[in-house]
Amino acid sequence: MMMKPDTSNPVAGTSPNLLVATIRKPWIWSYLAALLAFLATMVLSGGQGALSLLYAALTFASFSVMVGIGQMFVITLGPGNVDLSIPATMTLVATLSLKFMGSEAGLILPGFLIALIVGLGCGMFNFALILLLRIPPIIATLSSSFLYQSLAIWSNRGLRIKPPEPLAEFSTSGVLGLPNLALVALLLAGLAWVVLERAVVGRWVLAIGQNLRAAQLSGVPVHAVRFCVYVGSALLAAVTGFLLASFSGGANLNMGAEFMLMSIAVVVIGGSSIAGGNSNVPGIWGAALFMFLLVSMLNSYGLGAGVRLVLTGIIIVTVVIVASKRKHSA
Amino acid sequence: MTPPDISTSADLSAPVVELNDVHMAFGPVQALSGASLTIRAGECIGLVGHNGAGKSTFVNVVNGRLTPTGGAVSYTGEQAPQDQVRNSARAHSAGIRSVFQELSLCPNLTVLENLRIPYSTMPRHRWRSLARTTVIEALDAVFPDHGISAHALVGDLSIAERQMVEIAIAFSKRDHDARLVILDEPTSSLDVSIARQLLAHIRRFCAAGGAVIFISHMLGEVFEVASRIVVMKDGRIAEARETADFTHDDLVEAMGHVVPEGDAAQAAEARAELGPEVARLPSGLSARQGEIVGLAGLAGHGQAEALAQFFLSRSSKWRADDRPEVVFVAGDRARDGVLPLWSILRNLSLATLKEFSRRGIVNRTAEAALAQDWQQRIGIRADKLTDPILSLSGGNQQKVLFARALASAAPIVVMDDPMRGVDVGTKKEVYRMIRSEAATGRTFLWYSTETDEILECDRVFVFRNGDISAELTGADITAENMLRASFEMQEAAE
Repeated sequence: MMMKPDTSNPVAGTSPNLLVATIRKPWIWSYLAALLAFLATMVLSGGQGALSLLYAALTFASFSVMVGIGQMFVITLGPGNVDLSIPATMTLVATLSLKFMGSEAGLILPGFLIALIVGLGCGMFNFALILLLRIPPIIATLSSSFLYQSLAIWSNRGLRIKPPEPLAEFSTSGVLGLPNLALVALLLAGLAWVVLERAVVGRWVLAIGQNLRAAQLSGVPVHAVRFCVYVGSALLAAVTGFLLASFSGGANLNMGAEFMLMSIAVVVIGGSSIAGGNSNVPGIWGAALFMFLLVSMLNSYGLGAGVRLVLTGIIIVTVVIVASKRKHSA
Repeated sequence: MTPPDISTSADLSAPVVELNDVHMAFGPVQALSGASLTIRAGECIGLVGHNGAGKSTFVNVVNGRLTPTGGAVSYTGEQAPQDQVRNSARAHSAGIRSVFQELSLCPNLTVLENLRIPYSTMPRHRWRSLARTTVIEALDAVFPDHGISAHALVGDLSIAERQMVEIAIAFSKRDHDARLVILDEPTSSLDVSIARQLLAHIRRFCAAGGAVIFISHMLGEVFEVASRIVVMKDGRIAEARETADFTHDDLVEAMGHVVPEGDAAQAAEARAELGPEVARLPSGLSARQGEIVGLAGLAGHGQAEALAQFFLSRSSKWRADDRPEVVFVAGDRARDGVLPLWSILRNLSLATLKEFSRRGIVNRTAEAALAQDWQQRIGIRADKLTDPILSLSGGNQQKVLFARALASAAPIVVMDDPMRGVDVGTKKEVYRMIRSEAATGRTFLWYSTETDEILECDRVFVFRNGDISAELTGADITAENMLRASFEMQEAAE
């Protein structure tokens, strides 16, 4: 059968016309939405505080970006793959590492190391449940998150330990007008882009997301790739939890709660396919900025948290519908 | 299975479908240009042509899935004014049924539930028992002794059994009797004896006044069953004559391929010295370096499972080798091979990514060069390698999967019935490629449901019920010996 080849190829399109190529990218919409939310806020304030709003947006978006990257790789693995243990991992890591450091500046590096080790442990435990006990990832990560949350409650006992002074300083300041946190998140996003778009492992993740059996029969080491993805997601959650606790003056038991929805939202709004196999990194930044700017816009128009959550839900549903429609018509 | 009622046999040569100068364009690509054909009751039309000749487009215009961009299609027994109803509804009420090359049953439903889907006007009350009797009657009529339960989940059936169910559903009794049944490569996953049952049924169906469009790459079957042969080439009907007016060579020539000569002599010559044994399976199957080992027998007797198991035992789920030991060519493309979101390029390079990478980063220059090289060597018909893989026809997708495996340096190549839907010309090309690769010391394990492919092998293991029932070498590799080994025990048991 002869068919007209589809000209808009999201995967390997290298159009000579850069503008057209950019417009076709699925992530462009998240940036446009962020810009709209920003402008709407500025209309109300008459342009007052534009810079400080951007600075705050970059800072808070950084957390969503870091967990979003991990979640993106997990979602890319295909239907049923999602990491619901991100919030609990963040809480557990923050609780344990801050307790260990006990506000001592000298223990920052070992504290960070502990954060990574706890994250590694969480990731390995998640994947062990998925692989050895054959529990669907969504159930496995949900149930393990109860475990992590309980551990955090048990070790925290209602104490709020302050982060060491230099660490708090680092996470709340910036260089060259950019928040340090944003720089860290940018660096991680850059790395994630290289892994996804240029590295063999990234190809393998995308292949598994499209057809696990075909990938395996083409020599892709499927267990190793999925192991790395789940451990990677937990490690990124660990780094985020560590930095968030340092930023906000200590760990607290519901610090991760909003990142359950947020980590998935930034992936989907950023233009990655919820069905897996087709993802992009730039969209995560656009979506994370949009999510923050949306909240500040609603706040400045005097709307409360309830409206904000309703809107977030509506936006995610809309994006998923639009994305699936586009695929059908293509 | 339902022959149209007796009254139609009076007008045995009444047209069922008439195509008048039909054009079908997808953007700038003319998939069908100026096709005119009248299909009459009682006729079996053999439709042949190589991949991309426009066979599938033609068939989809006839069954109403595609609305032609020019010309007219008219069906008999039509009451409704043509432009008020969708084409597919018109075709449906005219009794046009199709069986597609890509299996289109729902794997999560049972056999009888799958009948319910095309039969949308089935009475609601006690439809299950009606569906059960209908589907079993249909299966019994087409494939006596099929052994398929109406309550079996389609996902649990073998590929051959699924194909049988799909064919039976197309011939089944429904609100509109089947007048024209379109069979697109129906025998490609059936073994010889089942295929014979199908051909016999087609003859009965046509004798009773039904019409059939039979698409197959197996020309022997076409000659056997068709009353008229239509040859398509580059979106046109190149020839349409009575079967008796064609010879085998005529037909191949009309399709646009030169008749290969001295093939067998070449084959014998190419047999190089065989090296040491490189593979031995628990079932007793073994292969030596540079050998082409065939896995024969009836479809679904454990060949595919043996190959998949062998592949998985030699490859790791935890580690990817720079130099993999074995690569796999899938036959069930959608399930085992194609990555649907990707381009041709990325699909082609998947198995060789590790071999051609530097420090974990894909070497994209080498990747593009590799893909270009293979596009030429194996003749993938595509404008750009960055086009989506799904824009290719089935046979061309299969070529990409071949290239994916052969591009690797792996010493053992495992092939799971990889020629489904591939045209004659490409087959010859691939046979030649396999032989020359084997001459350089590569080992091939080749499962095939087609006898001519098995005849290309150096050594053949015949499978029956998951075990090896015979090992044939050299001059013993004949169709008769293979059939005998496939059936022996079953006859003895009865």
